[in-house]
Amino acid sequence: MFGFGILSGLLILPLIGAAFILTLRGDEAAIRNNARWAALATTIVTFLLSLVAWARFDTGSADFQLVESHAWLMETTRFTLGVDGFSLPFVLLTTFLMPFCILASWETIKTRIKEYMVAFLVLEALMIGVFVALDLVLFYIFFEAGLIPMFLIIGIWGGKRRIYASFKFFLYTLLGSVLMLIAVVAMYWQAGTSDIPTLLAHDFPVSLQTWLWLAFFASFAVKMPMWPVHTWLPDAHVEAPTAGSVILAGILLKMGGYGFIRFSIPMFPDASMYFAPMVFALSVIAIVYTSLVALMQEDMKKLIAYSSVAHMGFVTMGLFSLTPQGIEGAMFQMISHGLISGALFLCVGVIYDRMHTREIKAYGGLINRMPLYGVAFLLFTMANVGLPGTSGFVGEFLTLIGAFQANFWVAFVATTGVILSACYALWLYWRVMNGPLVKPELQAIQDLDRREVLLLAPLGILVIYYGVQPQVILDAFAAPTQALLANAYPVLQAGASLAGIQ
Amino acid sequence: MPVETTASGIPIYAVPALGPALPEIIMAVGVLALVLYGALRGERSTGVVTAAAIALMAFTLGFVLTMPAETQITFADAFITDGFARFMKALVLIGAIVALAMSREHFRRAGIDRYEYPLLILLAAIGMMVMISANDLIALYLGLELQSLAAYVIASFHRDNARSTEAGLKYFVLGALASGMLLYGSSLVYGFTGSVSFPEIAAVLTEGANPGVIFGLVFIAAGLAFKVSAVPFHMWTPDVYQGAPTPVTAFFASAPKVAAMALAVRVFMGAFLTIVDQWQQIIVFIAVASMFLGAFAAIGQRDIKRLMAYSSIANIGFALLGLAAGTQQGVEAVLVYMAIYMVMTLGVFACILAMRRGGVELETIDDLAGTARTHPGFAFAMAMLMLSLAGIPPLAGFIGKYYAFWAAVEAGLVVFAVLGVIASVVGAYYYLRIAKIIYFDEPVGAYEPMPGFLRGVMAVSAVFTVGFWLVPAPLVAAAGVAARSLF
Repeated sequence: MFGFGILSGLLILPLIGAAFILTLRGDEAAIRNNARWAALATTIVTFLLSLVAWARFDTGSADFQLVESHAWLMETTRFTLGVDGFSLPFVLLTTFLMPFCILASWETIKTRIKEYMVAFLVLEALMIGVFVALDLVLFYIFFEAGLIPMFLIIGIWGGKRRIYASFKFFLYTLLGSVLMLIAVVAMYWQAGTSDIPTLLAHDFPVSLQTWLWLAFFASFAVKMPMWPVHTWLPDAHVEAPTAGSVILAGILLKMGGYGFIRFSIPMFPDASMYFAPMVFALSVIAIVYTSLVALMQEDMKKLIAYSSVAHMGFVTMGLFSLTPQGIEGAMFQMISHGLISGALFLCVGVIYDRMHTREIKAYGGLINRMPLYGVAFLLFTMANVGLPGTSGFVGEFLTLIGAFQANFWVAFVATTGVILSACYALWLYWRVMNGPLVKPELQAIQDLDRREVLLLAPLGILVIYYGVQPQVILDAFAAPTQALLANAYPVLQAGASLAGIQ
Repeated sequence: MPVETTASGIPIYAVPALGPALPEIIMAVGVLALVLYGALRGERSTGVVTAAAIALMAFTLGFVLTMPAETQITFADAFITDGFARFMKALVLIGAIVALAMSREHFRRAGIDRYEYPLLILLAAIGMMVMISANDLIALYLGLELQSLAAYVIASFHRDNARSTEAGLKYFVLGALASGMLLYGSSLVYGFTGSVSFPEIAAVLTEGANPGVIFGLVFIAAGLAFKVSAVPFHMWTPDVYQGAPTPVTAFFASAPKVAAMALAVRVFMGAFLTIVDQWQQIIVFIAVASMFLGAFAAIGQRDIKRLMAYSSIANIGFALLGLAAGTQQGVEAVLVYMAIYMVMTLGVFACILAMRRGGVELETIDDLAGTARTHPGFAFAMAMLMLSLAGIPPLAGFIGKYYAFWAAVEAGLVVFAVLGVIASVVGAYYYLRIAKIIYFDEPVGAYEPMPGFLRGVMAVSAVFTVGFWLVPAPLVAAAGVAARSLF
């Protein structure tokens, strides 16, 4: 195999698809058609390959698996790929969501479809790269490189204020990330390598940890996004095309959480404990404040964007509770939110394609004309609220358990967020779907067509399946979580055993 | 050194070894032959002279690459060849070849295709090669002046054009001032150390420097800062870049920058390495000031050549940050950075040269509007080159910046590395704006077909920019070998 393993395959496959689409020639209609099908085929094959990776993966082990390493920048900075229980689910989430993005763009993207598909496939490769990179410099490259295709996706195919949104997205996240670059270099000189497994085992001096933690935090907090650096997200979401929003909410936001669990928490344990109260405070503010902001939104996408910020608040809270339940719950919440928010943006896309507005006021009583859509939208709304039986419940519940162990009042205030999320989500549903259908322009609205059912059904099934059977994903997180807490936080572990919590 | 004398008292000097300087000698002989040919044949000879000049430089490039890597010194310690010289000379020759080849079409259209141009480029190239190989202050000055005098002339090569002559004059007056400062600094250093040779100066300075040497050092630094167009000696850059004919600007932006950086490395690493803490703060200041001025001043520019001038100021700032480290890693960073920077710059200027509509050269960034629709390949190349200059991963420019920060942090310049990344975010704004104009704006019309050579340069540069991060090892390894030869 020339030393190239399955993970390189996952990186290369989308790029091959993109290169193939670039070579397409012929008349407009033929290119459009071929580009769509080629992109869909590529993403499906990539997904299948990621399933093979999943099959070969041993969830019982906390080690990095499917590791491959090639000579790269320096002896000490190699092109190393590998996955563990934290990263593989995100790889699967990425490859799973991509075909939906392509399908969601099937009819709605009318101009420059070739470039669009290429941008998405390149973005897919870069996002997979973030989760499989086992070298810090390589991780940084993938982490940042995704900005370029996303900038183009928002800027070319976005809404009215697309240019403002794309610049804000790019510069905001870039500013957050560049500090991490300096931290990366500092870690290199401290440990003598940028190999992530080696760095995980390295003890950084406490004073240095503080600075490194802050630099990484600047980057991941913007990416998550955490309050108060979340303001780029609503703009980007509102202006991005539907598939762009799905990727943004589904995967790009998760890179922040992944960064915390991969770097900040295991590598800088002292700093993490030191800063945990600050993270709690920001998380709780995010949960309550952005939920309130979401209540007042008149644009559906903006509402879901703010709800994403609130849900990411649960993730950071869970992660920094530094308890097994909190961390596993946060990880689960990210996967689940990737599915749910992706589906919600697809739902908004469905009616946006028909009416070309996202104003909540423009709708009302859709249930009378769109029963299928009503079912789907209700399912995902309930999942977003965290109704037991959906995957949304598991994550929130576990993060709250974790938070209760860490700090009662944090958990107490965060729990009100659950109520608030019910308020804004159900109110949104009520305003759009229920009531009499009075607006004349809505009279002729069509229910879901076959393509849209195909889009939403698998997501709905998964949301319920993982709600009932969360163990499937939680198993993957269990081993690395235990290893992380045992290695980096022996103090907490000892305390916890004494208290009889473990 | 006692000199042997004949019986009648006439001193005998041994013939110095010519081997190490053979590339320069080949070039010099070639230039003289071509001058004769051009003078005899007149304007008709332009095509032949250009082709011969390119062939001569290509031959010399091959010769340089096959030269042995070990350090050789000749001409009474004035001239040195080593791995570093080999690496830098190869870069300079590549830059000069590409810049010369890109100029032909442009000059013919402007009606100024004279045979002197390739000759002046050759002379400048010789000057740059001497700069790179300089091992004492005299050789430094000789090389620098040979290069500069040729450059002053070609800046005003479009002599019927007011802006071109103004550029040449401005460049000359300010350049002469900088040369004067450099010379003054050199004389001070000579006066206080008793030697012009870099190794001997370094030997004298092991016990620390007295104020006189530092005074001289500051003047030398000022002169070098002028040549690499670093703040606060950058003022000539935008005017010269804008006024000179575009192929000349392409030349100025590539090879001479590389040579001047090489010279800076030779001076600071060769002669003054032992008093690194005396000059580090100077270099750090001009590096950080260049990064910020380049980033902020470019925001207001609409003229693409002026914009590239500020971009080069900012980029030189990052390279200087590597130099400021004063370590082997720092030199390695400078080498990687300059190599990547030169390839990107040549690619950008190939794109700028292709911006013509109806026989008119287009000069503002708004003329790039919507080229993604009309010229997808061109647009992609230009956008990627711009983002690469901004240092966005995974493009080649990022790897260069990474090395600069890598060296700076190792040397403890963390604060300045942080300032550097902040400046790079500011700079990202205007590069991003060009990407926006290319991709998001409505097209205004197609350009004339792009000449084949420009297309080739653009394609090679774009492929390098996008693909470099996948196979960085050859260049990085070569830079590592070259940097080691200095220590």
